[in-house]
Amino acid sequence: MVEIIIAAGIKVIFVLAAVLTGCAYATYMERKVVGHLQHRIGPSYAGPYGLLQPIADAVKLMFKEDIVPDKVERATFALAPLVSFIPALLTFAVVPFGKDNTVFGYDVKMVLSDLNIGILFVFAITSLGVYGIVLAGWSSGSKYSLMGGIRSSAQMISYEVSYGLSIIGVLLIANTLSLRELVEQQASDSIWFFSNWFIFKQPLGCLLYVTCAIAETNRLPFDLPEAESELVAGYHTEYSSMRFAMFFIGEYANMIAVSAVGATLFCGGWQGPFVNEIPFIGIFWLALKVFVFMFVYIWLRGTLPRFRYDQLMNFGWKVLLPLALLNTMVTGLFVVMGWF
Amino acid sequence: MTEYLAVLIFIFAGIGIVLFTFLLSRLLRPINPYHEKNINYECAENPIGTSWVKFNNRFYIFALIFVIFDVEVVFLFPWAVVFGQLGLYALVEMVIFIGILFFGIFYAWRKGALKWV
Repeated sequence: MVEIIIAAGIKVIFVLAAVLTGCAYATYMERKVVGHLQHRIGPSYAGPYGLLQPIADAVKLMFKEDIVPDKVERATFALAPLVSFIPALLTFAVVPFGKDNTVFGYDVKMVLSDLNIGILFVFAITSLGVYGIVLAGWSSGSKYSLMGGIRSSAQMISYEVSYGLSIIGVLLIANTLSLRELVEQQASDSIWFFSNWFIFKQPLGCLLYVTCAIAETNRLPFDLPEAESELVAGYHTEYSSMRFAMFFIGEYANMIAVSAVGATLFCGGWQGPFVNEIPFIGIFWLALKVFVFMFVYIWLRGTLPRFRYDQLMNFGWKVLLPLALLNTMVTGLFVVMGWF
Repeated sequence: MTEYLAVLIFIFAGIGIVLFTFLLSRLLRPINPYHEKNINYECAENPIGTSWVKFNNRFYIFALIFVIFDVEVVFLFPWAVVFGQLGLYALVEMVIFIGILFFGIFYAWRKGALKWV
């Protein structure tokens, strides 16, 4: 029992360190990539190529005064950053990041928690994230925050349905909810190491997943909840100092989480060349795939303008939902006919 | 159960790290509140009325439609997992089930429930 707790503790430390560093450098990456997309160079003063910028940001936010306006509901105002950060973090508990192997004589599963209902856990947890935003918007005592919170909840629940439906196709093929087994089913020994990735059997599913994931994480072009030009900053208008930072880290952790789950579901997770020879290389392959997903997110942000709210709702209910249902049915037919 | 224990440890570690940064920041930052600073933001004007303003009741209709379809997705998950053993019969059943719900969304569509003003 003690052994299990210690092993879990070590893995928790590693995962936390990886996720928080990932979040910090995701902000750097975003600023750098968007900068270059707009013919700027992005952050460049702190350290070589501006590499120390995330640390400078963290220190700055630490030293900022925490302003709590008079009209806020104090308890919920304090709770909201935590509620939006923890679910984003929890997703990483079930994402496998390498082949099981032996370290110092112990058999180590390269996943924090190998739940047999992994996917269900991910979807249950990510839908909790909306509470943080709604509570923040409602308790801030500002009209902008309230509008941001309400918009956000409507947007997230609208895309939640298609988000859940988009992966049913994968489950139909794989017949499991465990992320570890999903990754194992995408293994391939041939030179075309990507030949068994589910993205080739589920191209529409992958496209739907990415679209809904962007909407779920409130990123451009679906960033109506924050819409700087009309709502100031939406639900975190009244937040400052570390509480603001928590929303910020939570948003980036969410992005990395949906990227990691997307990579696991559609692009083989940690599978790649040489995973059998060098066990730890799985971490590198997963990181690379997450990086590609993140790059696509930032690329879209730098390219597309924001949707109008009615366009957003129409797109979610009248395009994505029927497409997702259709994808499910067609995949079911293919499975029954034995074409997969 | 040990798998869920790891998740529990992860939750506590996450909360711990958040509280730690809050504490650290509390020790480092200045504390200097005064009335003008603590007024809620409203484009540098004094806020007018309460902040809990009325909002469009369409949000509520969308929440209702969401509940229907999210329950549908919940039914689809177990179906998808055992689909390999059930085969064609399960597919036909699910097509009927989804067909009924699809008729539902078509009805909502025609009634204008999905229309945003």
